[in-house]
Amino acid sequence: MELTWSESEEAFRAEVREWLAANVPDEPLPSGDTREGFALHVEWERKLYEAGWAVVSWPKKYGGRDASLWEWLIFEEEYYRAGAPQRVTQNGIFLLAPTLFEFGTQEQKDTLLPRMAAAQDLWCQGWSEPGAGSDLAGIRSRAVRDEASGGWRLFGQKTWTTRGAFCTHLFGLFRTDPNAERHRGLTYFLVPLDSPGVTVRGFPRLDGDEGFADVFFDDVFVPDSAVLGEVNKGWEVAMATTSSERGLTLRSPGRFLAAAQRLVRLAAERPEAATDSLIDRVVEVWMQAQAYHLFTLAQVTDILEGRPPGPRSSLNKLYWSELDIRLHETALDLLGPEGQTDNPWSKGFLFSLAGPIYAGTNEIQRNIVAERVLGLPRK
Amino acid sequence: MRFALTAEQQDLRTVVRDLMERLCAPAVVRCAPTSPEVDALDRGLVEVGAAGLLLPEHHGGLGLDENYLVPMLTEVGWAAAPLPVLETVAVAPALFEAAGLADRIASAGMVCAADPMGAGTARYGTRARFLIRGGFGGTGPVELLDISAAAREPVSAVDPAADMCRVGAGAVLLGVVDDPAVVARAWQRGVLGAAAMLVGLARRMLEMTVEYVRTRTQFGVPVGSFQAVKHHLATALLQVEFAAPAVARAGYALAADEPERDRDVSMAKALASDAARAVARTAIQCHGAIGYTTEYDLHLYAKRAWALAAEWGSAAWHRARVAEHLGLSRTGTPPPH
Repeated sequence: MELTWSESEEAFRAEVREWLAANVPDEPLPSGDTREGFALHVEWERKLYEAGWAVVSWPKKYGGRDASLWEWLIFEEEYYRAGAPQRVTQNGIFLLAPTLFEFGTQEQKDTLLPRMAAAQDLWCQGWSEPGAGSDLAGIRSRAVRDEASGGWRLFGQKTWTTRGAFCTHLFGLFRTDPNAERHRGLTYFLVPLDSPGVTVRGFPRLDGDEGFADVFFDDVFVPDSAVLGEVNKGWEVAMATTSSERGLTLRSPGRFLAAAQRLVRLAAERPEAATDSLIDRVVEVWMQAQAYHLFTLAQVTDILEGRPPGPRSSLNKLYWSELDIRLHETALDLLGPEGQTDNPWSKGFLFSLAGPIYAGTNEIQRNIVAERVLGLPRK
Repeated sequence: MRFALTAEQQDLRTVVRDLMERLCAPAVVRCAPTSPEVDALDRGLVEVGAAGLLLPEHHGGLGLDENYLVPMLTEVGWAAAPLPVLETVAVAPALFEAAGLADRIASAGMVCAADPMGAGTARYGTRARFLIRGGFGGTGPVELLDISAAAREPVSAVDPAADMCRVGAGAVLLGVVDDPAVVARAWQRGVLGAAAMLVGLARRMLEMTVEYVRTRTQFGVPVGSFQAVKHHLATALLQVEFAAPAVARAGYALAADEPERDRDVSMAKALASDAARAVARTAIQCHGAIGYTTEYDLHLYAKRAWALAAEWGSAAWHRARVAEHLGLSRTGTPPPH
């Protein structure tokens, strides 16, 4: 156990903190899940990029600063501590990018990564379909070979696509071999949403923002260069993304440490509402945020020493998503009737309810933990 | 930054685990406190240097810190060792050293019982030679008593290995420790040690249950293939996996004398107590009726977990302590809405 930061890590933290203090907007931006708010968030993303903070852990040549995993954690801690805007680019930089680094051709990496870092291309994830949510392998959207044009023609529908109405690109799975078994015969495609034949229809999420979209593909042509990884190997390629999605990259502890600190402040500011039982819950949630942070310190140590988390990343997802709901429920109880108004806590509460659903429902995660971590029989 | 045991800490853990596997099978947990099996376990612990783990080398100890205490007591907890290891290894050293009595415990085996609340009873009363009385919450004074010749009346307890005794006449006061720093440190080590043992106990109960539901069949299939059982056990694992790092962190905070160590130790105990109790409940439920017997071994671990969850401050007590550290005063005022 050696739980101190090095001098260079402390210097990194100081630099992040200083930049954020000078640049984070005083007034919170409107929700990034509305058209107007999204545009303002993209401006913020470009500002982050110009200053070199958009993708700190990426190589310099793609717009990052070669930061270590520890420095990335520090960056995240400072980012949420400063109350900086939500990352509307996250599905690209945290979900697609790790897959691109692992499976992309040199050309794909060289063209796509810098544009993603600079928030020129804005990516959404096209996995769920009306008939395929938890059962992702049940997708029916398909890609048909077009030998003459050297590419593929896409048909079908994706849905519940986060910020699909505002993004410029979609990464998604399409069935390329209709005769193969469920998990086989899928291919991972990278699709510009301005391609002819694409129709996008935004629709409101639980909080009323137009944060979801249906994306329809009606004979949409994409060239061979739009395939990520091998044809018919899309499942394997996609699974690499799920482990980052469930693990610490999607929800770093910084977010929950900062939220738990705000909750403690809320309780301290409202002594008339903070009964003993509510204080007990505040403490419980605060401790759980610390526990998530400590768990990830052990996890990063393991990763750096060659022990990848594998199915244990499902533990992260279960813990942070359920913690997030308890945290917001406690805040709403402290707020009393005020909690009914539109405010950051009520907004956060509605958003927290999505946590146990997206990135694989918590029911699926518990199956994964039971079968692949504990070793219980599948059938 | 490196959040993992060092090679030396890992080695100690392996040594203690081997010892527990060799000398502390469930049958030993069931033995009478004066049995040769428990004597052998006590000797084994002395041989690996447990008694002097935290004592300085000039007192015949190993001079190690709480980063070593955590893995050692996690394994002792895993085995539900029927000896006052926590009291002797974690709590006694600072107090006995401060009282000039370190030599009495350096190589004496597991001989210290503790009664931090001054309730008049103590676990492991039959074997104990010394009693540590007082110090609950980390404030003094703490009395160190020789109870070798004292009357001890057995008190029936839930944990079959508790060997709970009421200590009567004949105890000899050896010394009183009221140095606040020493009393606080002894208390914090007791809390930390209990938390570590609870993590070990929780892991043991989970292991037993996973093994059981893989092999027990109903409706023609292993019961562990049912989703309801899977989800129970996944939730149980979740609680253990997120309590354990908090316990490791608290050990580090004590070893490094960090300013927040008292808060961190309380957090560790609160999370570990709740985790172990939840795992015990899940373990009994997933075993079905066999888990509700004393013939099956699970109850040895569950009952120890319940005892330790209640000792050294309950989860609720420690959450209140954390609340104080966070500056959240308790008002008791009913809400206006």
